[in-house]
Amino acid sequence: MAEKAVIEAKGVNLVFETNDGPVQALKDVNLTVGKGEFVSFIGPSGCGKTTLLRAIAALETPTGGTLTVNGMSPDAARKARAYGYVFQAAGLYPWRTIAGNVKLPLEIMGFSKAEQDERVRKVLALVELDGFGAKFPWQLSGGMQQRASIARALAFDADILLMDEPFGALDEIVRDRLNEELLKLWARTDKTICFVTHSIPEAVYLSTKIVVMSPRPGRITDIIESTLPRERPLDIRDTPEFLAISHRVRDGLRAGHSYDV
Amino acid sequence: MRAALPILAVLAVIVALWYAATVWMNAPWVRDQAARAGQEVTTSQLVRETMSQERPVLPAPHQVIAELWKGVTGQAVTSKRSLVYHAWVTVSATLLGFAIGTGLGILLAVGIVHNRAMDLSVMPWAIASQTIPILAIAPMIIVVLNSVGVQGLIPKAIISAYLSFFPVVVGMVKGFRSPDRMQLDLLKTYNASQGQTFWKLRWPSSAPYLFASLKVAVAASLVGAIVGEMPTGAVAGLGARLLSGSYYGQTIQIWAALFMAAIVAAGLVFIVGGIERATLKRMGLVR
Ligand SMILES: Nc1ncnc2c1ncn2[C@@H]1O[C@H](COP(=O)(O)OP(=O)(O)OP(=O)(O)O)[C@@H](O)[C@H]1O
Ligand SMILES: [Mg+2]
Repeated sequence: MAEKAVIEAKGVNLVFETNDGPVQALKDVNLTVGKGEFVSFIGPSGCGKTTLLRAIAALETPTGGTLTVNGMSPDAARKARAYGYVFQAAGLYPWRTIAGNVKLPLEIMGFSKAEQDERVRKVLALVELDGFGAKFPWQLSGGMQQRASIARALAFDADILLMDEPFGALDEIVRDRLNEELLKLWARTDKTICFVTHSIPEAVYLSTKIVVMSPRPGRITDIIESTLPRERPLDIRDTPEFLAISHRVRDGLRAGHSYDV
Repeated sequence: MRAALPILAVLAVIVALWYAATVWMNAPWVRDQAARAGQEVTTSQLVRETMSQERPVLPAPHQVIAELWKGVTGQAVTSKRSLVYHAWVTVSATLLGFAIGTGLGILLAVGIVHNRAMDLSVMPWAIASQTIPILAIAPMIIVVLNSVGVQGLIPKAIISAYLSFFPVVVGMVKGFRSPDRMQLDLLKTYNASQGQTFWKLRWPSSAPYLFASLKVAVAASLVGAIVGEMPTGAVAGLGARLLSGSYYGQTIQIWAALFMAAIVAAGLVFIVGGIERATLKRMGLVR
């Protein structure tokens, strides 16, 4: 936290004007994300997790407060290609091979042909998809497709990775494995990661900081700094420390709900 | 083979009905002739004679097939009496018109998708253009172009294009708009330009829509070319054959030309379908 803030939100509000009147998706959100942090956003459906992530990515514009990414406006950060975004669905282009999909951002950003091939090779190895480059998306399992979409977000080596429930649609076994891989990748690359999830164990296992949110209006109810070490084997989930943090997250979620009724 | 059975059954029913209609529609003339000659006609005689007239109200299927066969194989394909020659005249105008119509349709769709003013203004005009009967427009186009010295292939191709651009515009607007919000947002996170978004996302996404439109457009092009041949003074082409056939009451010739047109249309649609399959397969869109 002493490190330089990568993402800084001060009193951020975001209201959607809909046909049934305004919807306050974010209310008075204050948050600082330091360099190299792994921040999870957790909360019930409709609490504004996606909206917050999209606002950071400049895909939505806050209607109040200030939001900066790398010290600039989110839109300037987007134009500087400061982040990679992983959507909930893999969203691979069906007419491109896996390598072709990973290459997409590189083509758009004007990398040389040789550099493109080199990077594709590297990130596919990173997500353990080497040898699948020539396959089409439908030839891969859902988990492999999701890994390919992560490789696509990693390919241009942005310092920030924004991930919106990337493993939401996967079964627990695959999810565990991908969590472990993601953590290793984070340790190796020193990226700043913002990660949306519905799962308490996933949030606690992955994060250095857990942001608990609650709905109507979407707001932050608790921010928990994890005391777990950076090095985390899967069985860390059975330690008392892990369970204590999980407990606090659950309390935060419950508090958000009772506020509601 | 299984799929062929229902098709053959339907075909058999159509042929049977056709023969029945032939007898029924041509019988008055046969009876008339017999009455004038003061003869009685037996039923078998009646049936035989309804199917061998030179200018029947409705020719029998075998008469049409025979005429078609004669038209295709009876002489050199370059002869003015060859149906292959006439079909080629029509097809060349069809293909040129199809190319113009497709190009125009795609360009308009690109404009509609990228420009708000075009989005609001072009479609009503495009729809209006199709509500005017082509039979009313075609002679005007021919006459106007003729007065500036343009004749032959080009006017027919323009009528063809007039009919074929429309399905392409409609299909391609839908195709270019088919990428969902997530796919567009993804490109936004890369700060992709409008051109990159078009070539990397909108254009490939529209491929299935393009081919669906092209199948309709190629058939419409053929109709346009045939209609375009009717007011040209009936020199060459399937439209000219239809027209001269009706001048001289040559019903068999009309039907043979109609069949030829249908065969050509089926062939063109089949070719587009083949290109569609090959392209989508290469794109990995069919498994
Ligand atoms: N484009 C939009 N227009 C109008 N309202 C929206 C829009 N996007 C989101 N909302 C509303 O904002 C609120 C927060 O939505 P958001 O998608 O951020 O929730 P979430 O926490 O990501 O939920 P989930 O866990 O289900 O993905 C919801 O009430 C939603 O209906
Ligand atoms: Mg969401």
